[in-house]
Amino acid sequence: MPFREGPLGDLKVPLTWTAAVALIVAVVIAVAFLLADRRETLQLQAYGVTRQTVDTVAKPVSGVIAAPGRWTGVGVGAVRNYFFAGAENARLKAELQEMRAYRDKYLALVDENDRYKSLLGLKTDPPIPMVAARVVADSRGPFANTRLADAGKEKGVVVGNPVMNERGLVGRVVGVAPGVSRVLLLTDIASRTPVMIDRTNARAILTGDGGPNPKLDYLRGADPIQPGDRVVTSGDGGVVPRGLPVGAAVKGLDGRWRVVLFADSTSIDYIRILLFKDFAQLADQQALAAKVLPPVITENPEESMLGPVKPAAPAPTAGTAAPATTTAPKPAAPKPATAGTTTPAKPPAARPPAAATTPPAAPARTPQ
Amino acid sequence: MTGARPLNPGRWLGVPMLFVILATLAFAAPIRMWGLQMPEPVFAMVPAFAWAVIRPSILAPFALLVLGLFLDTFWGGPTGLWGLSLLVAYASVLAARNMLTGQSRPMMWAWYAGACAVSMSAGFLFTMMDSLAMPSLVAVFWQFLVTALLFPFAHRLIDRFEDADVRFR
Repeated sequence: MPFREGPLGDLKVPLTWTAAVALIVAVVIAVAFLLADRRETLQLQAYGVTRQTVDTVAKPVSGVIAAPGRWTGVGVGAVRNYFFAGAENARLKAELQEMRAYRDKYLALVDENDRYKSLLGLKTDPPIPMVAARVVADSRGPFANTRLADAGKEKGVVVGNPVMNERGLVGRVVGVAPGVSRVLLLTDIASRTPVMIDRTNARAILTGDGGPNPKLDYLRGADPIQPGDRVVTSGDGGVVPRGLPVGAAVKGLDGRWRVVLFADSTSIDYIRILLFKDFAQLADQQALAAKVLPPVITENPEESMLGPVKPAAPAPTAGTAAPATTTAPKPAAPKPATAGTTTPAKPPAARPPAAATTPPAAPARTPQ
Repeated sequence: MTGARPLNPGRWLGVPMLFVILATLAFAAPIRMWGLQMPEPVFAMVPAFAWAVIRPSILAPFALLVLGLFLDTFWGGPTGLWGLSLLVAYASVLAARNMLTGQSRPMMWAWYAGACAVSMSAGFLFTMMDSLAMPSLVAVFWQFLVTALLFPFAHRLIDRFEDADVRFR
């Protein structure tokens, strides 16, 4: 039965006011959604089932839409290669000449570095496994900068994994679903990445603002940066490994230091997801668990560097020399062992620290 | 009484929604031309403006909310950001509807650009409150510019349904 023929068919409501009420209700719902949002957190639960479902559905659709563009790019590249092969050959030869000098220097430094490592007994970090993926969708607005990549849970991708292309860091994974993962770009306004200036080791936080060149916030140190300085990840906080290339420093029109991202200078089709979670995976957990900590030795008051507690001596009479051996203050250095006493505690510097066998966590190698 | 015949929601709400979703999907393709990225217009601004001009409606705000939630989930932004921004623009146009009626096409384009500016400003403020950081004004301006260029689609939608229900002329 049609609505207008029913018992409510003659019901008349002022449509404008009803529309206004509907508008207010919709606004309240939108505000509730916005207040409940936690997308920038590195928590799997924050991403939610709805977003995972949308990503799973959007992946094949966006993949089909992106395919003609990808094929066109491949075709244009092939034509360009055909017509400009001669010029490119000359350029590559010149580049090869330059690279030969760098190769000889590199091999010498690798050899020298290996010798230093063996002398110091350093343990190097293991290589970080990675997964290659293709980008199927790309959002570039001022309020959201993300990409949808066609590799997900089934390949071991988890929330927090850093993402690179062949030139540099792209961002990090903020959502994972079967077959697809969402990458938050360095340019997104919610992105914060600890970085350092390669030349000076000065630390900063790379802060996205929706534009193409993220800002360098909290830059520390005296004269820490110059235009063109290379910016790499610092590894602070354990979210990304240390040493990943990020970009080059430039002075923005607003007077702030910004970074021209290396990742922007190349194709955005393919990315590599580093299966790196935190520094804990770089350490040998079994060795850490089996390590017996050294016993805690409390200080013996009789052997304290401040000496035994003595009752206050009477004031020396005038003309008699004060016994320097009893009133002089003890030196601040550790007291040497005294014959006939109990075994002294080793000075702290001589005691092997508990974590001495753990590999250095921070300097992760740049993946090849 | 054919003039008082209510509009079919599927035609004036459903079909534009579908087109907006398809256009958004198409422009999200990762394509670069001469090293430059494609623009990212907010296609949902077209119905947000046109629906408010055509007539007041109970369903239109919820359709806009659904479109906004789709944009947020598909683009990976904060949930509710675009829903709220579109609704703010819709409410502004709805409040100024009597002034818009009968205006020339260039003036309507100016009104549409104003609605886009309201929506972008709302998005800017909500993002600032949500992320505690200021978005790039240049990036906001570029998105405003490419969105303002979509007015011909809004004009077509208004032309198609403006006279469909004489109660709201």
